[in-house]
Amino acid sequence: MLAAQSLELRKDILSLIKRANGGHTGGCLSSIDILVGLYFHALRIDPAMPRDPGRDRFVMSKGHSAEGLYCVLAKAGFFPALVLEQYGRFDSTLYGHPTMNVPGVEMPTGALGHGLAVGVGMALAAKRDGASYRTFVLMGDGEQAEGSVWEAAMAGSHYGLDNLVGIVDYNGLQISGKVDDVMRLSPLGDRWAAFGWKVVQIDGNDMGQVIGALDSVPAKAGSPTLILARTIKGKGVSFIENQVAWHHKVPTDEQYAQAMRELDTAIASAREARV
Amino acid sequence: MSTAGNGCRQAFMRALLEEAMRDPSIFVVTSDARGSASLDDFAAALPGQFVEVGIAEQDAVGIGAGLAHSGKRVFVAGPASFYSARAVEQVKNDAAYADLDVKIVGVSGGVSYGALGATHHALHDLALYRSIPNMAVIVPSDAAQAGMAARDLAKRRGPAYIRMGRSPVPDSYAPGEARFEFGKANLLADGKDCAIIACGETLHYAMGAVHALGERGIRCSLLDVPTIKPLDEAAILGAARRCGAVVTVEESYAFGGLGGAVAELLSQRTPTPMRILGFPDSYLPAGSSEELFAHCGLDSAGIERKVLEFLRGLGRA
Repeated sequence: MLAAQSLELRKDILSLIKRANGGHTGGCLSSIDILVGLYFHALRIDPAMPRDPGRDRFVMSKGHSAEGLYCVLAKAGFFPALVLEQYGRFDSTLYGHPTMNVPGVEMPTGALGHGLAVGVGMALAAKRDGASYRTFVLMGDGEQAEGSVWEAAMAGSHYGLDNLVGIVDYNGLQISGKVDDVMRLSPLGDRWAAFGWKVVQIDGNDMGQVIGALDSVPAKAGSPTLILARTIKGKGVSFIENQVAWHHKVPTDEQYAQAMRELDTAIASAREARV
Repeated sequence: MSTAGNGCRQAFMRALLEEAMRDPSIFVVTSDARGSASLDDFAAALPGQFVEVGIAEQDAVGIGAGLAHSGKRVFVAGPASFYSARAVEQVKNDAAYADLDVKIVGVSGGVSYGALGATHHALHDLALYRSIPNMAVIVPSDAAQAGMAARDLAKRRGPAYIRMGRSPVPDSYAPGEARFEFGKANLLADGKDCAIIACGETLHYAMGAVHALGERGIRCSLLDVPTIKPLDEAAILGAARRCGAVVTVEESYAFGGLGGAVAELLSQRTPTPMRILGFPDSYLPAGSSEELFAHCGLDSAGIERKVLEFLRGLGRA
């Protein structure tokens, strides 16, 4: 029922953004299936022990999709759902980008191009300590233009970190237009492969493929894995999908009502199909 | 003052290696700076606690933060010029904002790389690191103090920036008398005519000036301030109140560094006539470190001259 869970979380995300009158709508909706696959299937974590040394690590390098992460962490039980209502309020623990004050958040992120190097450090520490935890880092596609991503990519393969998994939410759009118009990324998979990563290409909005890819890591012993997740920005709401303008747009009352109707219909179908 | 020269960076890394042999959680990360950061011995002795990232300072700090997040006490070491510019966003977000145990060891700071030019100078680093919340700023004045700072920082939680020069510096402290207490200044002379407040390599130049001024009958206080942040406010306020005139000396631009910190304190707590001696707001001519100190009036003769001018202007000399 993870697909239905993703649809429910899409409603939570839109409610959060609507209530706070701000948020990164498009990227949250493109990446939510990946977060659900991680938090409700792949990550070896216990919300009751968010600092357990043996836990899998997850770094949300695309920190602007904080609303999605907050909704998932609340649903997973890291903090009460009531806390979400503080989002956007003065002195809330929930900033517009994740901070370590939020239970379950590993690193403060938001400046792009930082998460993968931190993930390399975490994975390298595990290797040096002989620890079995794994480290997952979710990046945006626009973020791939940051040179620091590629410094970390080099280090990840140099140190043979097969306990490290990078995931790119490849929705093809960024704040000012199509990613390939702003700064061409393609062939992105080939580029990661050239940096020594085992690349797994999936439809990142297909829960079966997301789970399959996460279950298959490391895709190659001795190499870090890069899951290139093709997604649709704004996935799940017809008028938000693939629209550059919805990078951080807030729905009007009418749009919000329509989005909820669309998602409720999809949830009913998903429940019927038991996915 | 001893005239023997000893390297701060070598002393720092020797002490850190000793600490790391006892504490396997101490890690050093470097960016192709084994030689310049004096890390050959560390890399050879403790390869499991040593991480090379290549010429990639942003990566070094990010990886350092990830290691620290996993319980390591991390020292990221390399040229101060690069770690106080290119890697600063990683320092701010991944070390300081995240409150992780990452120390940035900036070697060859100031004008150590004199003739290599401004690309390799780090004269803005003290101002920059001071401006990052949760970041301590340490500038040891001689090799013995650098070793003590390493031992202190090896046990101290949280982020810090340590800045040292490249060349050996004269010992400012007699053997066995060096002092380093985190957040504390050391009073080395307690005259009442002028308080000279210095840090790092400039301390020995300031000592020379204090000596020469003494021969003219001008008795200065001399305060060594190895911790620029957090500042030893009590010691500085005390010296200012005692002398009524303050001169700061540093191997940094004359804005935002030690002088800036002292001016921010005194102007609000004990307004005191003051001069800030440091490098000017410009890129410097080609020259060795010593030549640049002399050119900018930061050698002993220059400091003496400027203190005299200052005191004459106040009608005190």
